[in-house]
Formats: sequence, C-alpha cells, structure tokens
Amino acid sequence: MKNKDSKFANIMKTDGMQSLISSLICIVLGLFLGYIVLLFINPTGAFKAITDVMKNFFYYKGSTIRLKYFGNTLVKTAPLLMCALSILFSYKVGLFNIGCSGQYTAGACTALYAALKWNWGWFPCLVLAIAMGALAGTLVGVLKSYCNVNEVISGIMLNWIILYGTNTILTNVKELASPYTLLVKKYSPQSILPSLGLGKLFSNNQYVTIAVPLSILIAVAVMIVLNKTKFGYELKATGFNKNAAKYCGMKEKRNMILSLLISGALAGLGAAFFYLTGYEQWECTTSTVPGMGFNGIAATFLGGLNPIGTIFSSFFIQHITIGGANVDKTMYCSQISDLISALIIYLCGFVLFLKTFMKNVIRKREVKRTGKYENFKQDGR
Amino acid sequence: MAEQYAIEMLNITKRFPGIIANDNITLQLRRGEIHALLGENGAGKSTLMSVLFGLYQPEEGEIKKDGKVVQIRDPNDANDLGIGMVHQHFKLVECFTVLDNIIMGVEPTKAGFLQKKEARQKVLALSEKYGLKVDPDALVEDITVGMQQRTEILKMLYRENEILIFDEPTAVLTPQEITELMQIMRNLKAEGKSILFISHKLAEIMAVADRCSVLRKGKYIGTVDTDKTSIEELSAMMVGRNVNFHVEKKPAEPGDVILEVDGMTVASKVHKNNAVKNVSLKVHAGEIVCIAGIDGNGQSEFVYGLSGLEPLVSGRILFKGEDVTKASIRQKSVMGFSHIPEDRHKHGLVLDYSLEDNLVLQTYFQPEYTNKFGFLRRDNIRKKADELIEKFDVRSGQGAVTSARSMSGGNQQKAIVARELDKDPELLIAVQPTRGLDVGAIEFIHKQIVAQRDAGKAVLLVSLELDEVLDVSDRILVMYEGEIVGQFDPKKTTQEELGLYMAGAKRMEVQA
Repeated sequence: MKNKDSKFANIMKTDGMQSLISSLICIVLGLFLGYIVLLFINPTGAFKAITDVMKNFFYYKGSTIRLKYFGNTLVKTAPLLMCALSILFSYKVGLFNIGCSGQYTAGACTALYAALKWNWGWFPCLVLAIAMGALAGTLVGVLKSYCNVNEVISGIMLNWIILYGTNTILTNVKELASPYTLLVKKYSPQSILPSLGLGKLFSNNQYVTIAVPLSILIAVAVMIVLNKTKFGYELKATGFNKNAAKYCGMKEKRNMILSLLISGALAGLGAAFFYLTGYEQWECTTSTVPGMGFNGIAATFLGGLNPIGTIFSSFFIQHITIGGANVDKTMYCSQISDLISALIIYLCGFVLFLKTFMKNVIRKREVKRTGKYENFKQDGR
Repeated sequence: MAEQYAIEMLNITKRFPGIIANDNITLQLRRGEIHALLGENGAGKSTLMSVLFGLYQPEEGEIKKDGKVVQIRDPNDANDLGIGMVHQHFKLVECFTVLDNIIMGVEPTKAGFLQKKEARQKVLALSEKYGLKVDPDALVEDITVGMQQRTEILKMLYRENEILIFDEPTAVLTPQEITELMQIMRNLKAEGKSILFISHKLAEIMAVADRCSVLRKGKYIGTVDTDKTSIEELSAMMVGRNVNFHVEKKPAEPGDVILEVDGMTVASKVHKNNAVKNVSLKVHAGEIVCIAGIDGNGQSEFVYGLSGLEPLVSGRILFKGEDVTKASIRQKSVMGFSHIPEDRHKHGLVLDYSLEDNLVLQTYFQPEYTNKFGFLRRDNIRKKADELIEKFDVRSGQGAVTSARSMSGGNQQKAIVARELDKDPELLIAVQPTRGLDVGAIEFIHKQIVAQRDAGKAVLLVSLELDEVLDVSDRILVMYEGEIVGQFDPKKTTQEELGLYMAGAKRMEVQA
C-alpha cells in the first residue's frame, strides 16, 4: 500500500505527467464553462451543442465524409502547429514571441505573391516565406538585444505594419470583383504543395498535402534540437538564467536573435503550409492579424511547452474550432461557435498556472516530508 | 512557578519522514536576557524558528508565553504574541524611505490618509531611547547596511514586539558596526526586551549573550551560562568534536605574475560614481591574494570587470603577460580563468537544469561533450558528473539528474567549486566561496583552495568574513569605496586593524 502510494507520487512528480494532467484539466474546465454559457443562452440545446463542438467531423454521417472533414482539420492543424512551435522555440529562451502572427502574415504575403505574381514552384515559395518570417523575427530579436525594446511591444507593432503591408502588396494579385486573392490552384497550380497521394487517404481531400507530415517532422526536429544539441542546451540555459548563461560565456544576445529568427522562420513556414494548399484565400481588406499566431500561444501552453505535446494540442484546438461551426444556428447566434472555442482556448492558457500550482503542492509536501526549509525559503516565504 | 520565562519552547519534536529535525528540544528565553542559539547548518535552528513562527506545527511539545500555553498557527499569531525577527537578508523596500519601511503594514491612518507625523515622532522617540541612529527620510538604497539593520530593529520595536530574534545579524557588518550592534542589544535588554540571538560566531556569543543553547543534528545539547564557559567548550558542543579553526597550510611560494590588473575602473549600476576606481594589483602563481572589505565597496564590480560580466571604463587586464582586456568571457575561461561567483543562484547555476548539466556549464562546448554535429554527448556528461559528484562529495536526492534547485545551498556551492576546479585553471577567482556553509563544508572548500595554491595556481579570493581572510590568504588587500586602501600580511595584522581600513578610517598607499 505504501509502496503504491510512493509510486503514484513519483509519477506525479514527472514533468510530463504534470503537463498532461493540467492540460486535460484545462480542457475539461473550458468545455464546462462553454456548456454553462450555452445553458444561459438556451438551455434546451446546450448539451447537443457542446457535443457537436467536440464531435467535429463525427458530426457527419458516413465514413467518407468524416474522413474528408478529418482531413480539413489536419490541413488547419499544420499551420497552427508551426505557429505553436514558433512560440515555443522563443519561449525556451525566455522570450514571448507575440509577433508570431506578424511573421505568419509575412510568410503568407510572400508565399502568395511569389505564387500568383511570379508563378514560382511550391518549393521556392516555401523558402521565400521562411526567409520573410525569419526576417521579421530577426528584426524583433535585434531590437530586443541591442536596443532593449521589449519583444512583446515591438512584436505587436510589427504585426500591424506587416498586416497592412501585406494587404497592400496582395491587392496586386486579388480577384477583380472581390477582396480575395486569386485562387492559387487555378492561376499557379505548380505552387500548390504536392499531395503525394495523401489526399486520397482522406476521401480525395485535395487540401491534404505534405504540409501535414512535414509539420509533424518539424515538431520532432524542434524537440531534438532543444533537448539533444549544444544549441538547445545554450538556448534553454539562456532562457532559464540569462545571467548564468552570460557568466559561462554563452553569447546570450546572439542566442536571443537566433531563436527569434528560427521562431519567425517556423511561423513563415506555417503560413506557406496553409496558403499553398489553396484551402483559403487572403482577404485583402482584412483589418485583423490572422488568429493563427495567437492560437499558437494557446496551443503551446496546452501542449505543456513540449514540441510533441504541441502536435496534439494544435490538433485539438483546430478540432474544436472547426467543430464550433456545427452548433445549431437556429438556437444560437452564429458567433456562438467562436465564443465556445475562444473560451476553451482561453482556459488553455491556464495550463502553466495549474502546473505551477500542482508543483507547489507537491513541493510543499516534499518540504514537510524532508524538512528542507531552504527550498521553502526560495519562494520568498 | 519558580521562574517566569518570556517564551518557552518545551520538548519540541518535529519529525519529517526520515529525519527528526527537532528532537525533544527545549528552549527557555528569560525575560530581559540575551539568549544565543548556536548550531551548525542543518542543526535544526531554522526548523525551531519556523515552529516558533507557526510555519510548522510540532508533533510533540508546547510553546508557552509568560507561562501560559499558546497556539501559534501562522506568522500572524507570532506577531500578535509580540515575536519579531530581523532576518539575515533584510526585508526592506529599497526605494522607500526608512520611515516608510518602519511603518509599512501598520501605518497609522485617519480616514484613509496616512498620519506620518505621528509615526515619525514615535520612530524618533524609539531611536532616541535605544540609541538606534537612523535618518528617517533617507531612502533605504542609499544608507549603509548597518543603518538598514537598525531600520529592521526599529520595525520590530515600532510593532512593540517583546521578543526579538536576530538571525545571524553580524554577517554583513564591519567589526566596528558589530560592536555598535552589541551595544544596541544590551540597551534593548536593559529595557526589558528578550533577545534570541542566532549565530555560529562564538566570540560574539561570548561577548553579548547571557546564556547559550546549543543544537547539534536536531538534538538539544545543552544550555550554558556564557560566563561559565569558553569558546572551546562551545565549539566542541556545537560540532561534537574539537575543531581546528586554522587552515593548515605551508608558507606560500609565489612564482610568476599570473594576473596583472592595471588601473581598472568599472562603472556602478546603482549610483553615478564609479564602483571601482583605478585599481591595480598583481596575483602570482602559488599565492592566495584576498580582497577584504565590507559588502558593497566595489569588490563585486571588480570581479565582474575582471571576468568580463561588466565592461570596463578604463584599465587593462594582463593574463600571463598577455593583454586580455578585450577578450570575451568564453576566451578567458578557455585560457584558464575559473570563477566561483558571489551569487550562486544568479550566476553560478542554472537552477532549472539538472546537476550534471550544471557541472558541464563551462565545458559543454568541448569536443568531449559535444560531437562535431552539435549533439551533446550525454554519456560523457554523465560520466564526468558522476566523477565530480564522487570526488567532491556533492550530495543530492537523485544523483546526476537531480534538479539543481532542489539541492541544499552547501551542495550547490560544492557543485560550483567542483566545476570550477575541475577545469584545472591557472587563475581561480573565488568570491565568498563559503557563504552560508557549515563548518564542515567550509573546511573542505578552504582545503581545496589551498590545494590549488600548492599546485602553483594563482588564487584571488574575495571575502567578507575576516576569519576566512586571515586564515586562508597569503596577502590581504583591503578595498574601500572602490579603491585598494591597504595591503597586509595576514600573519602580522589583526581583525581590528583590518576593520579600521575597511571602514575607511585609515588608508595607505599600495603599489601593485
């Protein structure tokens, strides 16, 4: 009995387990809160509505169509995953890359422009998007390192500059009668990411491309870089303790810029992964930065700041976002789907809070057990 | 009842699974006495104080105030009972005035407005009564450490605390300030306050305390009247054996100049003046040069400038004759600089990293630990970590993979010392290497430092502890307000003489 107890305690002490549990708690809390809101608006349909959100593609009947919608979720997961990895990468160095949305927009802008104006093939489009995202990220990094400009401020400012720049540039390649950019599929089919037969697996969903497996591979690569390499060791050391990193001779400025460069590149690539499937067109009159970058923040935290966890959290967030569209519009106004998914995503942000809380509880127990007052004092108690 | 005690902790037992932190400890504080609590790190002093402050509930035993049993559930209860404490690290708001700090939390108000005039009068009266000189309008960041401490004492008095606990109050003071503090403690005693004085400095206990209770490894060893005991007896009670206070070492055999600093000036981060002003010195191979001084006289900045953590305003640094003024931290480290930093949490360790990752913090980029594709060689890192843990007796819960944060201060320090010495440096810069460590660990680290010297390495030691300065070093330089104001042979000087130079009362010209 006692043995079992300590085993359980040991499992609870592992970081991964704590992350997983707090993520799950957040999801449950989010769903519950969403349900309560629905109850207030219209009690009769609340339960069905919340299950519809959760069901997403299972909402439809028949496996063919289900598979197709499952494919759609995956298509939207790939760019979100890239944004989440982008946020995560800079977060490991102690930076909060809220400029991710802007870097994503920069990627979208260059990918679409290169495709529609110059009719480039998909690969050069991809590379250009990466380069632009990286450039936008680097700008924030340089401002941070050399001028001590807070990365959140410069990131947000840059988001808007890039957004309106993008609107201006992409107006050159938009449809005459609408604010949307031309269809990539129609005007520059060579720019569409190859599917390599993946689409066939999802009931001929033409949007499922190599972006999906590539994004997962990149998540694995990010994990390897962060955990197994000298570069990752330096980045994390800088993030955990900038002073110690400097003390042992790491170039903390260079590391900051590099991490934001890579962060921007990941975001730019994410945009290319999305717009080069032809799933969506860019709306040249849009006055908001794409939510992808911001949802990336939620995905990062919901994924427990772990690249692999991020794969699942990104999928989950897209799952409920798309599922939200299935809510019965006769009972609820059309914004309700956004509200519900926003609520859940919002609560995802609490993962870290819950984790810290859990850690504290465990540590307090530990302190009581071992009597190490020192650990207690470090928290400033 | 024969004797009235201000506070009594009777037969306190506090168990943590695996350890008995306090084993049947009795501490009786008479009204109007100075009672010293003596013990090594880990002897249970902190736990006992935590029990008194309601942070822990004891399994057995009771606490009595004025003969009546009281329950102390949390620090607020302790406050209500008139128990106050001056912590080792002051809890003051730097950018507030002395007065604001004193009244903080118990501000007299009328209709929500502060009544500072009233408070000021009360503070001035208290300061007069006990001889606690403070300037109520000065900002805490501008005043000396001694005055900060007096502010802390006034804080307790303002709250009308009857039982005053001083947690290692002399660690940050000059010998002169220590004398002053002792006088203050005597004044407080004369006014009927009861004082609990936690320390491991035997001379001070002998000088000021009436009685002394000794703890060792969680057990109560005994209480003695200080006028009926000796330093030797107390130390034997504390450690359980006779301690050799002196570091055994051969005479130094200085060799070539390893480090030469020429006219170094470093800007201050806190004020407009330079923190280090035109300092020149030399350190030879096989010699331990110690920079003594009161905290905050530019020693930290000097080391920052030397290691490259802060830029120099002017001056040159020569290492074995080569100009390294412009060299990066990494370059210096590879050339043979080792640096045991002053603040182990700020600079010395990445607390969220494992012990093994911290042990390779200075060497992780070497081919031994990183292969040519940039991947870490985990197996070699583990091997090195295990070797150092064994050699330097670094104790931790789970060995190499223990998170540095969960280790005790002494073992964290040992890990840093292990890392820095293992580099086999030409020059060892050790800043306060024994800060906060117990006697055993101090002995160990001193031995390591002397061993480095004997191996022909140059050692630059920066210390605030005069005992350490006099014991370990071969040559002493005193730093006052950013300048070297004296040079001494440790065999021919005394604490008192050093104290005068440290406090700026005397100075001499020193040639580098």
